Amino acid sequence: MKLTGREAMRQAMRRAMAADDRVFLMGEDVGRYGGCFGVSKGMLEEFGAERVRDTPLSESAFVGAGIGAAMAGLRPIVEIMTCNFSLLALDQILNNAATLRHMSDGQFGVPLVIRMTTGGGRQLAAQHSHSLEGWYAHIPGIKVLTPGTVEDFAGMLQPALDDPDPVLIFEHGALYNAEAELADAAPAVDIASAALRRTGTDITLITYGGSLPLCLDAADQLAADGISAEVVDLRVLRPLDDTTVIASVSRTHRAVVVDEGWRSVGIAAEVSARIMEQAFWELDGPVARVCTAEVPLPYPKHLEEAALPSVGRVLDAARELVGHG
Amino acid sequence: MREGIDLLRDMLLVRHFEERCARLYQESRIRGFLHLYVGEEAVAAGVLGELEPDDNLVATYREHGHALLKGVDPGAVMAEMFGRQEGCSGGRGGSMHLFDAAHRLFGGNAIVGGGLPLAVGLALADRLTRTPRVTACFFGEGAVAEGEFHECMNLAALWELPVLFCCENNLYAMGTALERSEADTDLSVRAATYGMAAWSVDGMDVEAVQHATRRALAMVRAGQPCFLELRTYRFRAHSMYDPELYRDKAEVARWKERDPIAAFRGRLEAAGVLSPEEAERLDREAAARVDDAVAFAEAGTLEPLETLTRHVYADRGTR
Repeated sequence: MKLTGREAMRQAMRRAMAADDRVFLMGEDVGRYGGCFGVSKGMLEEFGAERVRDTPLSESAFVGAGIGAAMAGLRPIVEIMTCNFSLLALDQILNNAATLRHMSDGQFGVPLVIRMTTGGGRQLAAQHSHSLEGWYAHIPGIKVLTPGTVEDFAGMLQPALDDPDPVLIFEHGALYNAEAELADAAPAVDIASAALRRTGTDITLITYGGSLPLCLDAADQLAADGISAEVVDLRVLRPLDDTTVIASVSRTHRAVVVDEGWRSVGIAAEVSARIMEQAFWELDGPVARVCTAEVPLPYPKHLEEAALPSVGRVLDAARELVGHG
Repeated sequence: MREGIDLLRDMLLVRHFEERCARLYQESRIRGFLHLYVGEEAVAAGVLGELEPDDNLVATYREHGHALLKGVDPGAVMAEMFGRQEGCSGGRGGSMHLFDAAHRLFGGNAIVGGGLPLAVGLALADRLTRTPRVTACFFGEGAVAEGEFHECMNLAALWELPVLFCCENNLYAMGTALERSEADTDLSVRAATYGMAAWSVDGMDVEAVQHATRRALAMVRAGQPCFLELRTYRFRAHSMYDPELYRDKAEVARWKERDPIAAFRGRLEAAGVLSPEEAERLDREAAARVDDAVAFAEAGTLEPLETLTRHVYADRGTR
C-alpha cells in the first residue's frame, strides 16, 4: 500500500481513536479546516466535534488542558501547528508535563502525545521553519520522537499513546508528502531504538527526521565514489539509543552527525560527545557535524538552501573525513 | 458541608500549622521558599468545606491550608516541608508542591497561572467521560496578569467546563500591588467578560465564602464554570525572604483587626453556639494536631540517593 507521511499519520490517529475511547485530538484547526497541513482531514466528520476539538489560538491553555486530561486518565493527542508556536506552551511542557511524575513521587503521570511540525525547506521564513526538537530533548521527563520514514509516521503514534509519559512527535514538514510502499499499514515500530537504514563499512552518517533522506542520497553518491557509508536514523532523540550509534561507529571508525538544528549546543553536539565518551579509541578522525547555519532561517530560496544541511554539505564532510582517515 | 464549629476548627488547624512552619523555618528545619497563608484561612475553609471528596483541587504555592482542608494528613504535609519521603509528595516537592492522588490534589503549582490549564484539562476529562465532578482551581490575583489566565477563562467558558475558579485576591503579587499592575482592578467584572458568572466575596468572612461557594458550585455542577474573587489579605510576608518594603505596617494592622478566625469565633460566641472554654479547647486541639504532625515529620526518613532518578519516567529510563 502506497502512503504519504501525512496519510500514514492520519491513519494512525484514526486507528487509535477507533480502538480507544480515551484518545481524542485537539489543536488549532484540526477539525473543520482539516489540520494546518491536512493531517487530520476528514477526522471531524468521522469522530465528531467532541473528539476532534478545534481550539482557540491558546497554545498554553490547550497543551495544559491536554496535560490535565492525561492526568485524569484520558489519552489526548495535542497538535501544535509548528514547533515555533510550541514555545507559547513551553511553560506547560517543561514545568508541568515533564515534572509532575517526579515531583509527585510517582502519584501522577502525564500520558500525553504532542505532535508538531518541525523543520525548514519550504520558504516559510524565520518563525515557521526552525528545528527545536533538540531543545526539547534536553528535558528529562519527556520523550522526543522524530520519524524520518513513512513507516515511522505510520507506526510511532500508537506506542507513543501507550507510553505512560509525555511524548513529543516532531514531524518534518517535508516528509508529509514523502511516499512509500508499506507492507503493513500499521507497522509495529518501537520508540526506544535507533534504526540502521543502510549498512556500510567506511563511515557512519548519523541523522534523524527530515535529514534522513539527505543522508540516504549522500550515501548513494558516496558509494559511487567507492566510499561505503552506513546510515543511522536516531528516530528517538530522548532517550538517545547510544548502543546503536556506538556499535556503528565502532565498525566504521568515522562519523558525521547531520542535524537540522543549529550547530551550537544541539543534538549533533550531544551525539558527538557520547561518541567521544564511549568510543574515543575507535575513531580514526574527529566527529564531523553538518547542521543549520546559525541564522534565523531566511525566506529566499537560495539563502534558505545555503543555511540548511544539504546532500552537498554531507558529501563534503564525509569525503574530508575519509580523506583524513 | 461544614458547619460553624467545623469551620472554626479548620481555620485553627491552618493557622497553627502555618505559625509552626514559620518557627520551624527560623530554626532552619524547613528550607526553600515558604509561603504562609496566615490571614487567608477563611478562603480555603469556606471553599473546601463545600467540595465533595471526589472533587479535584488545583492549588498554588501557598497551598498548605488547601491540602490540609482537602483532607491530606497534617503529618504527611509537614513531612513534605521537612523533605522526608513520608511527605505527601515523597519529599520531592516541598512546601510549594504538595500532591495527593488519594485526595485528588493535583498540586501545588509554583508557576503563577500554571495550574489553570491543568484545571481546564481535568474538567475536560470529566466532561468527556460524563463524570459528575467539579474542579476547584485556586490562584492569586497576580495570575490575572498572565496570558494563561485569559486563555483558560475563555476555554472553560467556551467548552462549558465544570471549573470553580477561586481567585484569592490578597492585594499583592509578591510586592506588586494590584493597582500598580492592572489597569482595571475589578477582577470579577473582568472575569465576567468571558461569559461566566463571576462575583466578589469578602474573603475574611468564612460564612460569606461558604455561601458564595454553595451558590457557585450549584452553577458549576450544572455545567458552567464560575469565578469567585475572594478578597483577603496575608498577614505575614510573601515568603520568608520578604522584608515587606512595599506595604506599611498600619495597613497590615488594619487588616489584622479583621482576623477571620477571631471574627468568626466572636460571632459563634455571641450567638451562643460556642463557649469561650470550648473555643480554647478547639485551639488546643489544633495545636496538638500540629504537634503530632511535627513529631511525624521529625521521625521521617530521607530518600536514599539510589532512587534520585526514580519517577522521571514510569519505566525509570534515565539515559
